[in-house]
Amino acid sequence: MTRVSCDCDVLVVGGGNAALCAAIAARRAGASVLLLEAASKSLRGGNARHSRNMRVMHGAPTAWVRGRYPADDYHADLQRVAGAAVKSADDELARQFIDASADIVDWLTGNGVRFHRGTDEVLPYSRKTAFFLGGGKALMNALYATAEALGVVVRYDGAVRTLHLRDGPPAVTVGDADIPIRAGALVVASGGFQADLGWLRQQWGGAAGEFTIRGTPHATGVPLKALLEDGADPVGAADHCHMVAVDGRAPPFDGGIVTRLDGLPHGIVVDRDGRRFADEGAVVGPSRYTAWGELVARSPGAVAFSVFDSAIAERFRPSIFPAIQADSVGGLASALGICPPVLESTVAAFNAAVTGGTTAGIHPPKTRLAAPITVPPFGAYPVRAGITSTCLGVRVDGRARVLRPDGTAIDGVHAAGVIMAPNILGTGYLAGSAMTIGAVFGRIAGREAAAHALR
Amino acid sequence: MPCADDTQRIAAEARRALDICNACQFCDGYCAVFPALKSRRLVSAEDLTFLSNLCHNCRSCHHACQYAPPHAFDLNLPKSLSLVRQQSYRDHVWPPLLRGRLPHAGWPAVAVMAAVVLSAVALVVVPALLWVPPETLFGRQSGPGAFYRLVPWRVIAGVAGGVMLWSLLAIGFSVASFWRGMGPAPAGVPLLPALRDALSDAATLRNLGGGGAGCNDRDEGFSQARRRFHHALFYGVMLCFASTSMATVYDHLLGWPAPYPLTSLPVLLGSLGGVGMVIGTAGLASLKLRADPAPVAASLTGADCALLALLFLVAASGLGLLALRETAAMGPLLLVHLGLVLGWFATLPYSKSLHAPFRFAALLRAAMERRGRG
Repeated sequence: MTRVSCDCDVLVVGGGNAALCAAIAARRAGASVLLLEAASKSLRGGNARHSRNMRVMHGAPTAWVRGRYPADDYHADLQRVAGAAVKSADDELARQFIDASADIVDWLTGNGVRFHRGTDEVLPYSRKTAFFLGGGKALMNALYATAEALGVVVRYDGAVRTLHLRDGPPAVTVGDADIPIRAGALVVASGGFQADLGWLRQQWGGAAGEFTIRGTPHATGVPLKALLEDGADPVGAADHCHMVAVDGRAPPFDGGIVTRLDGLPHGIVVDRDGRRFADEGAVVGPSRYTAWGELVARSPGAVAFSVFDSAIAERFRPSIFPAIQADSVGGLASALGICPPVLESTVAAFNAAVTGGTTAGIHPPKTRLAAPITVPPFGAYPVRAGITSTCLGVRVDGRARVLRPDGTAIDGVHAAGVIMAPNILGTGYLAGSAMTIGAVFGRIAGREAAAHALR
Repeated sequence: MPCADDTQRIAAEARRALDICNACQFCDGYCAVFPALKSRRLVSAEDLTFLSNLCHNCRSCHHACQYAPPHAFDLNLPKSLSLVRQQSYRDHVWPPLLRGRLPHAGWPAVAVMAAVVLSAVALVVVPALLWVPPETLFGRQSGPGAFYRLVPWRVIAGVAGGVMLWSLLAIGFSVASFWRGMGPAPAGVPLLPALRDALSDAATLRNLGGGGAGCNDRDEGFSQARRRFHHALFYGVMLCFASTSMATVYDHLLGWPAPYPLTSLPVLLGSLGGVGMVIGTAGLASLKLRADPAPVAASLTGADCALLALLFLVAASGLGLLALRETAAMGPLLLVHLGLVLGWFATLPYSKSLHAPFRFAALLRAAMERRGRG
């Protein structure tokens, strides 16, 4: 392979956190870098633009994180979420990742990213995560500014159509162009495939049509599919997603954090037919969002309704969309398109069963926060599953090289971010860890791709 | 001038934006608006009044906004709050007769300001032309009492003092009305520590700091330029007041009539202040005119620039007077300078100048809430 035939040393496919970290690391290692972001400039940054924090190991308080979060604690948290899928999560890689997370905040700070001080009183106490000042879009603005200042060539509206990995140096074809862009090495950091409704349907059937995509519409998984077709070893599972319960009126893409519904454990949740289908009090902590995402995704028609009265409504943060309201439960049912007698009998049975914050004699029970729904006006929010990302990826080694099932690396091809996150997370979710995976493996992939291209 | 429908639309849009911001809160490290918002479950009309005046219009939140256009939510918090803030000036103006009648935006506001300032200049110049002998007015004047041979001290002090008194009264009533307009203050919070916090916030313009790196004056890059130019302007004005006060002491207590030598305290303070004002106003205006238009309420730029232009002229005419006081230009320059100062005093309660006391009141309220939350 000769460098002469290449358009650039390192080609980065993607425009989120992992992609920018890879581009910056590769450029700092001396490579010429072209980055292809599928989005326009105003919507650049992938799902990272909706992110807020980064989970990092630290043995002692730093300027950015309080307390300490030792490697073993981080590892235990990863083990817990990776759960049943731990088989596909690579423990050695996880250990390496945790160690590398320790200095990633400093590396990002050195590349223009600003974090909240750990002592900042406006933040919820966290010994595990560092917060981006201004959130994920501010993070991405800083990374793009640094990349461009270093001489990374950024091409917006650069959606990749095909990868060419079989003969000669890796190359990609963008949009309608016929001529592939060739590179000394490739970093694929293009996220999951959640924005491809057809692919989602293959896994979820008709329910997929009811899903809301919380992040970028450009995560269509084209590069992921191409890597898998070219022999990359799959990790994670195509039929798993990270998802949360969102207001059913959220926009189809890019709703981000604000469409999450806070109040589900406080009232009752009914399916499209007006019947309760889960214990609303089972999960009341921060994981309630994820728990309800899964429940609603698998409920009939993948739609549900959070129902409450005006007394209960005071106990949670309201949705950004107005509650659907009516003076009677029957009237509320009509407004929701539910058969009124069914919802009336659901609410009556629930109210009759409430005793001392829990329920007796109904199925499913409500084990916590049970309160009768009696004070008009009655309110409801439509609930849908909001997909953060899919959990199918490609296997990588500690140098972020994409591996075949036999353990050999595909020459010159690296991966970073959500496209390889299942190596660490399996099909689980751990708040703030995906951003760390993006930055840590982006940095590794960029460095390794530059070394490969310039060798 | 916005009609009632516009008022409601502007308030509804700001409330929609703040509800989304409250659900997000990614910007909570930028300024005091977000922590104050976080402590509210719903945003009332009083909260809008408070939060819109707490906003320093640094625009960091807009450049960091995941919901800014072209996102479907089409969020533009700095612009939404600017429009509400401008309405709060109109709602709390004093005397109440003027409420809803006085323009605070667009060309009408610029026209009102220009009319008031020109009237003030005329008020000074016309009587001087009528009563002061031309050889005095257009001749070279120097030595102690030179200024007062043109306009007697008693006239200067009487007219300017009267106008200033009215303006201070009007501002006082406006701020009192605004304070009530923010809703009840948190009970049981000691005022003095909160006042100290607010004074420190105002003196340092902490909320233009964007959490450390400054604000987005022109684009997504951060800069301290706006904060520094505002410091130059604000402390320039303060130095000029100090100079005037010092001159009053010289004249009345010590019996030394103006003009004073270049190395005297009034001239030194006034020159430094005047230069600060010139640099501050020119800098702020140039930032304003080159700013990214997206997060700016364009209808307000005219009135903002009108105030900057007036302050620039006040300072420039003062510096010109100092430079040319030994020449025949002294007389006309003195009249124009006095007229402009008088015009500025007269417009204080009715122009963008009102942002200063309102912002301070909002900072004080925020500090009280912070201390109330512990």
